Amino acid sequence: MRRRLAPWLLAPVAAAAVACSGGGGQEGDITVFAASSLGDVMRDLGAGFERAHPGTHVRLNVASSATLVTQIREGAPADVFTPASPDEAAALSKEGFLSGTPQTFATNHLAVAVPAGKGPVEAFADLAKPGLRLVLAARDVPAGRYAREALRRAEAAGTFGPGFEAAVLSNVRSEEPSVRAALAKVRLGEADAAIVYVTDVPAGDQEVWLVDVPAAVNVRAEYVAAVLRKTANPGTSADFAAYLVSKEGQAILERAGFGRAGTP
Amino acid sequence: MKVRKGADRAGFAAVGLLVVAFAVFFLLPFAGLIDRAAREDGTWDAMTSATARQALWLSLWTSALTVVIAVVAGTPVAYLLSRARFPGRALADALVDLPIVLPPTVAGVALLTAFGRRGLIGEPLEQWTGTAVSFTTAAVVMAQVIVAAPFYVRAARAGFDAVDVQFERVAATLGASRWRTFARVVAPQARSALLGGIVLCWARAMGELGATLIFAGNFRGTTQTMPLAILESFEGAGGLGGAVALSVMLLAVALVFLWLFRLVTR
Repeated sequence: MRRRLAPWLLAPVAAAAVACSGGGGQEGDITVFAASSLGDVMRDLGAGFERAHPGTHVRLNVASSATLVTQIREGAPADVFTPASPDEAAALSKEGFLSGTPQTFATNHLAVAVPAGKGPVEAFADLAKPGLRLVLAARDVPAGRYAREALRRAEAAGTFGPGFEAAVLSNVRSEEPSVRAALAKVRLGEADAAIVYVTDVPAGDQEVWLVDVPAAVNVRAEYVAAVLRKTANPGTSADFAAYLVSKEGQAILERAGFGRAGTP
Repeated sequence: MKVRKGADRAGFAAVGLLVVAFAVFFLLPFAGLIDRAAREDGTWDAMTSATARQALWLSLWTSALTVVIAVVAGTPVAYLLSRARFPGRALADALVDLPIVLPPTVAGVALLTAFGRRGLIGEPLEQWTGTAVSFTTAAVVMAQVIVAAPFYVRAARAGFDAVDVQFERVAATLGASRWRTFARVVAPQARSALLGGIVLCWARAMGELGATLIFAGNFRGTTQTMPLAILESFEGAGGLGGAVALSVMLLAVALVFLWLFRLVTR
Protein backbone atom coordinates (compact mmCIF):
# COMPACT_ATOMS: atom_id res chain seq x y z
CA MET A 1 0.00 0.00 0.00
CA ARG A 2 1.51 3.24 -1.10
CA ARG A 3 0.05 6.64 -0.48
CA ARG A 4 0.84 10.11 -1.67
CA LEU A 5 3.75 11.60 0.13
CA ALA A 6 3.53 14.78 2.16
CA PRO A 7 5.23 17.42 0.01
CA TRP A 8 7.83 18.46 2.59
CA LEU A 9 9.15 14.92 2.73
CA LEU A 10 10.08 15.23 -0.92
CA ALA A 11 12.36 18.14 -0.26
CA PRO A 12 15.69 16.25 0.05
CA VAL A 13 15.04 14.03 -2.97
CA ALA A 14 13.71 16.89 -5.05
CA ALA A 15 16.59 19.11 -4.00
CA ALA A 16 19.09 16.42 -4.97
CA ALA A 17 17.39 15.95 -8.32
CA VAL A 18 17.27 19.68 -8.95
CA ALA A 19 20.94 19.93 -8.04
CA CYS A 20 21.64 17.33 -10.72
CA SER A 21 19.36 18.93 -13.24
CA GLY A 22 20.07 22.57 -12.49
CA GLY A 23 16.44 23.53 -11.94
CA GLY A 24 15.64 25.03 -15.31
CA GLY A 25 12.37 25.03 -17.13
CA GLN A 26 13.88 26.34 -20.31
CA GLU A 27 12.28 25.11 -23.51
CA GLY A 28 13.75 21.97 -24.92
CA ASP A 29 15.39 20.95 -21.64
CA ILE A 30 14.89 17.37 -20.51
CA THR A 31 16.24 15.33 -17.62
CA VAL A 32 17.09 11.69 -18.29
CA PHE A 33 17.21 9.27 -15.36
CA ALA A 34 19.69 6.67 -16.59
CA ALA A 35 20.96 3.38 -15.13
CA SER A 36 24.58 3.35 -13.86
CA SER A 37 25.75 1.15 -16.72
CA LEU A 38 24.44 3.71 -19.23
CA GLY A 39 26.30 6.60 -17.63
CA ASP A 40 29.07 7.04 -20.19
CA VAL A 41 27.13 6.24 -23.36
CA MET A 42 24.22 8.45 -22.27
CA ARG A 43 26.54 11.47 -22.29
CA ASP A 44 27.39 10.71 -25.94
CA LEU A 45 23.73 10.10 -26.75
CA GLY A 46 22.76 13.36 -25.07
CA ALA A 47 25.40 15.28 -27.01
CA GLY A 48 24.31 13.65 -30.27
CA PHE A 49 20.67 14.49 -29.57
CA GLU A 50 21.51 18.11 -28.78
CA ARG A 51 23.36 18.41 -32.11
CA ALA A 52 20.47 16.82 -33.99
CA HIS A 53 17.89 18.97 -32.19
CA PRO A 54 19.33 22.48 -31.76
CA GLY A 55 17.89 24.38 -28.80
CA THR A 56 17.51 21.30 -26.67
CA HIS A 57 19.53 20.39 -23.61
CA VAL A 58 19.80 16.93 -22.05
CA ARG A 59 20.59 16.67 -18.35
CA LEU A 60 21.54 13.37 -16.75
CA ASN A 61 20.84 11.79 -13.39
CA VAL A 62 22.81 8.54 -13.24
CA ALA A 63 22.23 6.00 -10.45
CA SER A 64 21.28 2.36 -10.04
CA SER A 65 17.91 1.58 -11.61
CA ALA A 66 16.49 0.76 -8.19
CA THR A 67 17.51 4.18 -6.86
CA LEU A 68 16.01 5.89 -9.88
CA VAL A 69 12.70 4.13 -9.23
CA THR A 70 12.65 5.38 -5.64
CA GLN A 71 13.55 8.92 -6.74
CA ILE A 72 10.77 8.97 -9.33
CA ARG A 73 8.26 7.54 -6.84
CA GLU A 74 9.14 10.31 -4.42
CA GLY A 75 8.52 12.98 -7.02
CA ALA A 76 11.91 13.73 -8.60
CA PRO A 77 11.47 15.73 -11.84
CA ALA A 78 12.41 13.17 -14.50
CA ASP A 79 11.38 13.37 -18.17
CA VAL A 80 12.80 10.13 -19.57
CA PHE A 81 13.59 6.97 -17.61
CA THR A 82 16.10 4.42 -18.94
CA PRO A 83 16.59 1.53 -16.48
CA ALA A 84 18.77 -1.54 -17.04
CA SER A 85 15.77 -3.86 -16.87
CA PRO A 86 12.15 -3.77 -18.09
CA ASP A 87 11.07 -4.78 -14.56
CA GLU A 88 11.84 -1.32 -13.15
CA ALA A 89 9.84 0.34 -15.94
CA ALA A 90 6.98 -2.13 -15.53
CA ALA A 91 6.74 -1.35 -11.82
CA LEU A 92 6.52 2.40 -12.43
CA SER A 93 4.17 1.87 -15.37
CA LYS A 94 1.78 -0.08 -13.15
CA GLU A 95 1.84 2.76 -10.64
CA GLY A 96 0.92 5.24 -13.36
CA PHE A 97 4.18 7.17 -13.57
CA LEU A 98 4.89 6.46 -17.24
CA SER A 99 3.11 7.42 -20.43
CA GLY A 100 3.01 4.91 -23.26
CA THR A 101 4.80 1.58 -23.43
CA PRO A 102 8.51 1.38 -22.54
CA GLN A 103 10.59 0.69 -25.68
CA THR A 104 13.68 -1.52 -25.71
CA PHE A 105 16.63 0.40 -27.18
CA ALA A 106 19.69 -1.66 -26.26
CA THR A 107 20.82 -4.98 -24.82
CA ASN A 108 23.79 -6.04 -22.77
CA HIS A 109 25.47 -9.15 -21.39
CA LEU A 110 27.38 -10.09 -18.28
CA ALA A 111 31.11 -10.60 -17.96
CA VAL A 112 33.50 -11.11 -15.08
CA ALA A 113 35.77 -8.13 -14.42
CA VAL A 114 39.19 -8.94 -12.95
CA PRO A 115 42.25 -6.81 -12.20
CA ALA A 116 44.60 -6.74 -15.22
CA GLY A 117 47.39 -9.29 -15.09
CA LYS A 118 47.62 -12.86 -13.99
CA GLY A 119 45.16 -13.41 -11.18
CA PRO A 120 43.12 -16.18 -9.61
CA VAL A 121 40.24 -15.81 -12.09
CA GLU A 122 40.91 -16.84 -15.70
CA ALA A 123 37.58 -18.53 -16.43
CA PHE A 124 34.01 -18.32 -15.15
CA ALA A 125 34.49 -21.60 -13.25
CA ASP A 126 37.25 -19.97 -11.15
CA LEU A 127 34.61 -17.88 -9.34
CA ALA A 128 34.05 -20.89 -7.06
CA LYS A 129 37.70 -21.00 -5.90
CA PRO A 130 37.77 -20.98 -2.11
CA GLY A 131 38.85 -17.69 -0.58
CA LEU A 132 38.25 -15.64 -3.71
CA ARG A 133 37.22 -12.04 -3.04
CA LEU A 134 34.13 -11.56 -5.18
CA VAL A 135 31.95 -8.45 -5.31
CA LEU A 136 28.45 -8.23 -6.75
CA ALA A 137 25.95 -5.45 -7.23
CA ALA A 138 23.23 -5.57 -4.55
CA ARG A 139 20.41 -8.02 -5.19
CA ASP A 140 17.85 -5.29 -5.89
CA VAL A 141 20.04 -3.69 -8.56
CA PRO A 142 19.46 -5.16 -12.06
CA ALA A 143 23.14 -6.12 -12.48
CA GLY A 144 23.05 -7.89 -9.12
CA ARG A 145 19.84 -9.68 -10.08
CA TYR A 146 21.27 -10.76 -13.45
CA ALA A 147 24.50 -11.99 -11.82
CA ARG A 148 22.59 -14.17 -9.39
CA GLU A 149 20.42 -15.41 -12.26
CA ALA A 150 23.55 -16.44 -14.20
CA LEU A 151 24.79 -18.36 -11.15
CA ARG A 152 21.41 -20.10 -10.84
CA ARG A 153 21.62 -21.09 -14.52
CA ALA A 154 25.17 -22.36 -14.04
CA GLU A 155 24.01 -24.51 -11.15
CA ALA A 156 21.06 -25.84 -13.15
CA ALA A 157 23.23 -26.56 -16.20
CA GLY A 158 25.47 -28.73 -14.05
CA THR A 159 28.53 -27.94 -16.18
CA PHE A 160 30.36 -26.47 -13.21
CA GLY A 161 29.58 -29.25 -10.79
CA PRO A 162 27.10 -29.44 -7.92
CA GLY A 163 27.26 -26.68 -5.33
CA PHE A 164 28.81 -24.20 -7.79
CA GLU A 165 26.25 -21.47 -7.06
CA ALA A 166 26.64 -21.79 -3.29
CA ALA A 167 30.44 -21.86 -3.57
CA VAL A 168 30.46 -18.66 -5.64
CA LEU A 169 27.97 -16.89 -3.37
CA SER A 170 30.07 -17.80 -0.32
CA ASN A 171 32.91 -15.82 -1.92
CA VAL A 172 30.88 -12.61 -2.04
CA ARG A 173 32.56 -10.04 0.21
CA SER A 174 30.43 -7.02 -0.59
CA GLU A 175 27.10 -6.15 -2.19
CA GLU A 176 27.73 -2.80 -3.82
CA PRO A 177 25.07 -0.13 -4.40
CA SER A 178 25.61 -0.12 -8.16
CA VAL A 179 27.40 -2.16 -10.83
CA ARG A 180 29.93 0.67 -11.25
CA ALA A 181 30.70 0.59 -7.52
CA ALA A 182 31.34 -3.16 -7.81
CA LEU A 183 33.65 -2.55 -10.78
CA ALA A 184 35.51 0.14 -8.82
CA LYS A 185 36.42 -2.45 -6.17
CA VAL A 186 38.07 -4.53 -8.93
CA ARG A 187 39.77 -1.49 -10.42
CA LEU A 188 41.30 -0.76 -7.00
CA GLY A 189 42.45 -4.35 -6.65
CA GLU A 190 40.39 -4.82 -3.49
CA ALA A 191 38.25 -7.51 -5.13
CA ASP A 192 39.56 -10.38 -7.26
CA ALA A 193 36.44 -10.33 -9.43
CA ALA A 194 33.06 -8.71 -9.97
CA ILE A 195 30.20 -9.67 -12.26
CA VAL A 196 29.46 -6.63 -14.43
CA TYR A 197 28.18 -5.79 -17.91
CA VAL A 198 30.53 -6.23 -20.87
CA THR A 199 30.04 -2.52 -21.63
CA ASP A 200 31.29 -1.45 -18.19
CA VAL A 201 34.90 -2.03 -19.23
CA PRO A 202 35.98 -0.15 -22.36
CA ALA A 203 38.14 -1.92 -24.92
CA GLY A 204 41.83 -1.46 -24.16
CA ASP A 205 41.30 -0.84 -20.44
CA GLN A 206 44.69 -0.97 -18.71
CA GLU A 207 43.43 -1.81 -15.22
CA VAL A 208 40.58 -4.24 -15.71
CA TRP A 209 40.22 -7.27 -17.97
CA LEU A 210 37.08 -9.16 -18.81
CA VAL A 211 36.54 -12.89 -18.50
CA ASP A 212 33.61 -14.32 -20.47
CA VAL A 213 30.46 -15.58 -18.85
CA PRO A 214 29.55 -18.62 -21.01
CA ALA A 215 26.67 -17.95 -23.41
CA ALA A 216 24.72 -20.90 -22.00
CA VAL A 217 24.43 -19.25 -18.59
CA ASN A 218 24.71 -15.57 -19.57
CA VAL A 219 21.78 -13.24 -19.06
CA ARG A 220 20.49 -10.75 -21.59
CA ALA A 221 19.98 -7.35 -20.01
CA GLU A 222 17.44 -5.16 -21.75
CA TYR A 223 17.45 -1.38 -21.54
CA VAL A 224 14.12 0.32 -22.04
CA ALA A 225 13.21 3.98 -22.41
CA ALA A 226 9.98 5.45 -21.11
CA VAL A 227 8.65 9.00 -21.00
CA LEU A 228 7.30 10.15 -17.64
CA ARG A 229 3.61 11.05 -17.52
CA LYS A 230 4.42 14.23 -15.60
CA THR A 231 7.11 15.46 -17.98
CA ALA A 232 7.13 19.23 -18.50
CA ASN A 233 8.35 18.66 -22.05
CA PRO A 234 6.53 15.73 -23.69
CA GLY A 235 7.65 16.67 -27.22
CA THR A 236 11.40 16.73 -26.59
CA SER A 237 11.13 13.70 -24.29
CA ALA A 238 9.42 11.64 -27.00
CA ASP A 239 12.01 12.88 -29.53
CA PHE A 240 14.80 11.70 -27.22
CA ALA A 241 13.22 8.26 -26.77
CA ALA A 242 12.91 8.04 -30.58
CA TYR A 243 16.53 9.17 -30.99
CA LEU A 244 17.69 6.20 -28.88
CA VAL A 245 16.30 3.74 -31.45
CA SER A 246 17.25 5.91 -34.46
CA LYS A 247 20.11 4.90 -36.76
CA GLU A 248 22.42 7.46 -35.17
CA GLY A 249 21.49 6.55 -31.58
CA GLN A 250 21.91 2.85 -32.26
CA ALA A 251 25.33 3.48 -33.83
CA ILE A 252 26.50 5.30 -30.68
CA LEU A 253 25.24 2.47 -28.50
CA GLU A 254 26.89 -0.13 -30.71
CA ARG A 255 30.22 1.69 -30.55
CA ALA A 256 30.01 1.51 -26.75
CA GLY A 257 29.49 -2.24 -26.97
CA PHE A 258 25.75 -2.45 -26.44
CA GLY A 259 23.59 -4.82 -28.48
CA ARG A 260 21.00 -3.48 -30.91
CA ALA A 261 17.39 -3.25 -29.76
CA GLY A 262 16.25 -6.23 -31.86
CA THR A 263 19.19 -8.57 -31.25
CA PRO A 264 18.97 -11.59 -28.96
CA MET B 1 11.61 55.88 25.07
CA LYS B 2 8.53 54.67 23.36
CA VAL B 3 10.33 54.26 20.05
CA ARG B 4 13.05 52.14 21.58
CA LYS B 5 10.53 49.91 23.30
CA GLY B 6 8.86 49.29 19.96
CA ALA B 7 12.20 48.44 18.36
CA ASP B 8 12.96 46.05 21.23
CA ARG B 9 9.69 44.31 20.73
CA ALA B 10 10.23 44.00 16.99
CA GLY B 11 13.72 42.61 17.57
CA PHE B 12 12.42 40.13 20.09
CA ALA B 13 9.69 39.00 17.70
CA ALA B 14 12.23 38.59 14.88
CA VAL B 15 14.53 36.47 17.06
CA GLY B 16 11.57 34.42 18.27
CA LEU B 17 10.47 33.82 14.70
CA LEU B 18 13.97 32.67 13.75
CA VAL B 19 14.08 30.26 16.67
CA VAL B 20 10.70 28.80 15.74
CA ALA B 21 11.65 28.48 12.06
CA PHE B 22 14.93 26.79 13.03
CA ALA B 23 13.17 24.36 15.36
CA VAL B 24 10.51 23.56 12.76
CA PHE B 25 13.19 22.93 10.15
CA PHE B 26 14.70 20.24 12.38
CA LEU B 27 11.48 18.78 13.69
CA LEU B 28 9.69 18.39 10.36
CA PRO B 29 12.04 15.74 8.90
CA PHE B 30 11.73 13.72 12.11
CA ALA B 31 7.96 14.11 12.03
CA GLY B 32 8.03 13.03 8.39
CA LEU B 33 9.96 9.87 9.19
CA ILE B 34 7.65 8.91 12.02
CA ASP B 35 4.55 9.77 9.98
CA ARG B 36 5.76 7.70 7.06
CA ALA B 37 6.83 4.79 9.27
CA ALA B 38 3.39 4.73 10.87
CA ARG B 39 1.64 4.67 7.50
CA GLU B 40 3.81 2.07 5.75
CA ASP B 41 2.69 -1.53 6.12
CA GLY B 42 6.10 -3.17 6.33
CA THR B 43 7.57 -0.97 9.08
CA TRP B 44 7.44 -3.52 11.89
CA ASP B 45 8.67 -6.36 9.66
CA ALA B 46 11.60 -4.23 8.51
CA MET B 47 12.50 -3.27 12.09
CA THR B 48 12.42 -6.86 13.34
CA SER B 49 14.20 -8.35 10.32
CA ALA B 50 17.53 -10.14 10.69
CA THR B 51 19.11 -7.45 8.50
CA ALA B 52 18.06 -4.69 10.89
CA ARG B 53 19.14 -6.64 13.97
CA GLN B 54 22.56 -7.48 12.54
CA ALA B 55 23.15 -3.96 11.27
CA LEU B 56 22.11 -2.33 14.55
CA TRP B 57 24.27 -4.66 16.62
CA LEU B 58 27.25 -4.10 14.32
CA SER B 59 26.74 -0.33 14.47
CA LEU B 60 26.52 -0.33 18.26
CA TRP B 61 29.60 -2.38 19.01
CA THR B 62 31.83 -0.93 16.29
CA SER B 63 30.94 2.64 17.34
CA ALA B 64 31.58 1.77 20.99
CA LEU B 65 34.98 0.36 20.06
CA THR B 66 35.67 3.50 18.04
CA VAL B 67 34.95 5.65 21.10
CA VAL B 68 37.27 3.52 23.25
CA ILE B 69 40.06 3.85 20.67
CA ALA B 70 39.46 7.59 20.37
CA VAL B 71 39.60 8.10 24.14
CA VAL B 72 42.62 5.87 24.77
CA ALA B 73 44.70 7.16 21.87
CA GLY B 74 43.17 10.61 21.46
CA THR B 75 43.36 11.89 25.03
CA PRO B 76 47.18 11.99 25.15
CA VAL B 77 47.21 13.65 21.73
CA ALA B 78 44.73 16.28 22.87
CA TYR B 79 46.66 16.90 26.10
CA LEU B 80 49.92 17.20 24.21
CA LEU B 81 48.43 19.65 21.74
CA SER B 82 47.07 21.70 24.61
CA ARG B 83 50.20 21.77 26.81
CA ALA B 84 53.31 21.03 24.84
CA ARG B 85 55.18 23.78 23.02
CA PHE B 86 57.01 22.40 20.02
CA PRO B 87 57.81 23.62 16.52
CA GLY B 88 55.05 22.79 14.04
CA ARG B 89 52.37 22.66 16.71
CA ALA B 90 50.01 24.77 14.61
CA LEU B 91 50.48 22.34 11.74
CA ALA B 92 49.84 19.34 14.02
CA ASP B 93 46.71 21.11 15.21
CA ALA B 94 45.53 21.61 11.64
CA LEU B 95 46.28 17.96 10.79
CA VAL B 96 44.05 16.80 13.63
CA ASP B 97 41.23 18.93 12.22
CA LEU B 98 41.78 17.81 8.65
CA PRO B 99 39.66 14.63 8.79
CA ILE B 100 36.76 16.75 10.07
CA VAL B 101 36.86 18.84 6.91
CA LEU B 102 37.36 15.94 4.51
CA PRO B 103 34.27 14.34 3.01
CA PRO B 104 34.03 10.75 4.33
CA THR B 105 34.40 9.48 0.77
CA VAL B 106 37.87 11.03 0.67
CA ALA B 107 38.65 9.37 4.01
CA GLY B 108 37.57 6.05 2.47
CA VAL B 109 39.75 6.51 -0.59
CA ALA B 110 42.66 7.61 1.61
CA LEU B 111 42.27 4.48 3.75
CA LEU B 112 42.39 2.38 0.60
CA THR B 113 45.61 4.03 -0.56
CA ALA B 114 47.18 3.17 2.78
CA PHE B 115 45.60 -0.07 3.93
CA GLY B 116 44.04 -1.42 0.71
CA ARG B 117 45.49 -4.42 -1.07
CA ARG B 118 47.58 -2.09 -3.21
CA GLY B 119 48.12 0.43 -0.44
CA LEU B 120 51.32 1.64 1.17
CA ILE B 121 51.00 -0.75 4.11
CA GLY B 122 48.24 -2.99 2.83
CA GLU B 123 50.24 -4.60 0.04
CA PRO B 124 53.26 -5.74 2.08
CA LEU B 125 50.94 -6.69 4.90
CA GLU B 126 48.94 -9.01 2.65
CA GLN B 127 52.10 -10.58 1.24
CA TRP B 128 53.32 -11.17 4.76
CA THR B 129 50.12 -12.32 6.49
CA GLY B 130 48.01 -13.45 3.54
CA THR B 131 45.04 -11.40 4.65
CA ALA B 132 43.70 -8.01 3.67
CA VAL B 133 41.73 -5.64 5.85
CA SER B 134 39.17 -4.43 3.30
CA PHE B 135 35.73 -6.09 3.50
CA THR B 136 36.29 -6.91 7.19
CA THR B 137 34.75 -5.51 10.36
CA ALA B 138 38.19 -4.13 11.24
CA ALA B 139 37.88 -1.92 8.17
CA VAL B 140 34.55 -0.63 9.49
CA VAL B 141 36.16 0.41 12.76
CA MET B 142 39.11 2.00 10.95
CA ALA B 143 36.73 4.05 8.81
CA GLN B 144 34.84 5.17 11.91
CA VAL B 145 38.00 6.07 13.79
CA ILE B 146 39.36 8.21 10.98
CA VAL B 147 36.18 10.25 10.62
CA ALA B 148 34.98 10.29 14.24
CA ALA B 149 38.02 10.36 16.53
CA PRO B 150 39.10 13.89 15.49
CA PHE B 151 35.83 15.19 16.96
CA TYR B 152 36.82 13.79 20.35
CA VAL B 153 40.40 15.09 20.11
CA ARG B 154 39.13 18.54 19.16
CA ALA B 155 36.70 18.69 22.08
CA ALA B 156 39.21 17.25 24.56
CA ARG B 157 41.84 19.75 23.48
CA ALA B 158 39.47 22.64 24.03
CA GLY B 159 38.63 21.18 27.44
CA PHE B 160 42.31 20.95 28.45
CA ASP B 161 42.93 24.47 27.15
CA ALA B 162 40.30 25.75 29.58
CA VAL B 163 42.02 24.17 32.58
CA ASP B 164 44.35 26.65 34.27
CA VAL B 165 47.96 25.45 34.12
CA GLN B 166 48.43 26.84 37.66
CA PHE B 167 46.52 23.88 39.08
CA GLU B 168 48.96 21.47 37.52
CA ARG B 169 51.93 23.46 38.82
CA VAL B 170 50.48 23.44 42.34
CA ALA B 171 49.83 19.70 42.17
CA ALA B 172 53.38 19.14 40.95
CA THR B 173 54.88 21.20 43.80
CA LEU B 174 52.78 19.14 46.21
CA GLY B 175 54.57 16.07 44.89
CA ALA B 176 51.86 14.59 42.66
CA SER B 177 53.10 12.57 39.72
CA ARG B 178 52.22 13.71 36.22
CA TRP B 179 49.82 10.84 35.79
CA ARG B 180 48.15 11.58 39.13
CA THR B 181 47.95 15.27 38.29
CA PHE B 182 46.24 14.47 35.03
CA ALA B 183 43.82 11.94 36.51
CA ARG B 184 42.93 13.93 39.64
CA VAL B 185 43.25 17.55 38.56
CA VAL B 186 43.07 18.03 34.80
CA ALA B 187 40.63 15.34 33.68
CA PRO B 188 37.96 16.16 36.30
CA GLN B 189 38.07 19.83 35.35
CA ALA B 190 37.84 19.01 31.65
CA ARG B 191 35.14 16.43 32.34
CA SER B 192 32.23 18.06 30.54
CA ALA B 193 34.36 18.77 27.47
CA LEU B 194 35.61 15.17 27.40
CA LEU B 195 32.08 13.81 27.75
CA GLY B 196 30.87 16.14 25.02
CA GLY B 197 33.68 14.90 22.80
CA ILE B 198 32.69 11.30 23.49
CA VAL B 199 29.10 12.01 22.47
CA LEU B 200 30.22 13.78 19.28
CA CYS B 201 32.62 10.98 18.41
CA TRP B 202 30.06 8.27 19.04
CA ALA B 203 27.36 10.08 17.04
CA ARG B 204 29.71 10.57 14.11
CA ALA B 205 30.78 6.91 14.23
CA MET B 206 27.14 5.73 14.30
CA GLY B 207 26.37 7.85 11.26
CA GLU B 208 29.46 6.89 9.23
CA LEU B 209 28.55 5.86 5.70
CA GLY B 210 30.86 7.04 2.92
CA ALA B 211 34.23 5.85 4.18
CA THR B 212 32.75 2.53 5.28
CA LEU B 213 31.13 1.89 1.91
CA ILE B 214 34.34 2.64 0.03
CA PHE B 215 36.84 0.99 2.35
CA ALA B 216 34.89 -1.81 4.02
CA GLY B 217 32.19 -2.58 1.46
CA ASN B 218 28.63 -3.64 2.21
CA PHE B 219 27.95 -7.13 3.53
CA ARG B 220 25.35 -8.21 6.02
CA GLY B 221 26.75 -9.17 9.40
CA THR B 222 30.32 -8.18 8.50
CA THR B 223 30.42 -4.61 7.27
CA GLN B 224 26.79 -3.54 6.89
CA THR B 225 26.20 -0.99 9.63
CA MET B 226 22.85 0.80 10.04
CA PRO B 227 23.63 3.65 7.62
CA LEU B 228 24.64 1.11 4.95
CA ALA B 229 21.55 -0.99 5.60
CA ILE B 230 19.44 2.17 5.25
CA LEU B 231 21.16 3.06 1.97
CA GLU B 232 20.69 -0.47 0.61
CA SER B 233 17.07 -0.43 1.64
CA PHE B 234 16.54 2.97 0.02
CA GLU B 235 18.08 1.71 -3.19
CA GLY B 236 16.26 -1.60 -3.01
CA ALA B 237 13.01 -2.79 -4.47
CA GLY B 238 11.21 -1.96 -1.22
CA GLY B 239 11.78 1.73 -1.84
CA LEU B 240 11.46 4.29 0.90
CA GLY B 241 9.43 2.17 3.34
CA GLY B 242 12.27 -0.06 4.54
CA ALA B 243 14.70 2.85 4.72
CA VAL B 244 12.22 4.86 6.80
CA ALA B 245 11.68 1.95 9.20
CA LEU B 246 15.41 1.47 9.77
CA SER B 247 15.93 5.23 10.12
CA VAL B 248 13.28 5.50 12.82
CA MET B 249 14.83 2.53 14.58
CA LEU B 250 18.28 4.15 14.48
CA LEU B 251 16.87 7.45 15.73
CA ALA B 252 15.07 5.76 18.61
CA VAL B 253 18.14 3.80 19.69
CA ALA B 254 20.36 6.89 19.40
CA LEU B 255 17.89 8.96 21.44
CA VAL B 256 17.79 6.33 24.19
CA PHE B 257 21.57 6.06 24.31
CA LEU B 258 22.16 9.83 24.33
CA TRP B 259 19.56 10.22 27.06
CA LEU B 260 21.01 7.41 29.20
CA PHE B 261 24.48 8.91 28.73
CA ARG B 262 23.20 12.26 30.04
CA LEU B 263 21.57 10.57 33.04
CA VAL B 264 24.64 8.53 33.90
CA THR B 265 27.12 11.37 33.54
CA ARG B 266 25.06 14.13 35.13
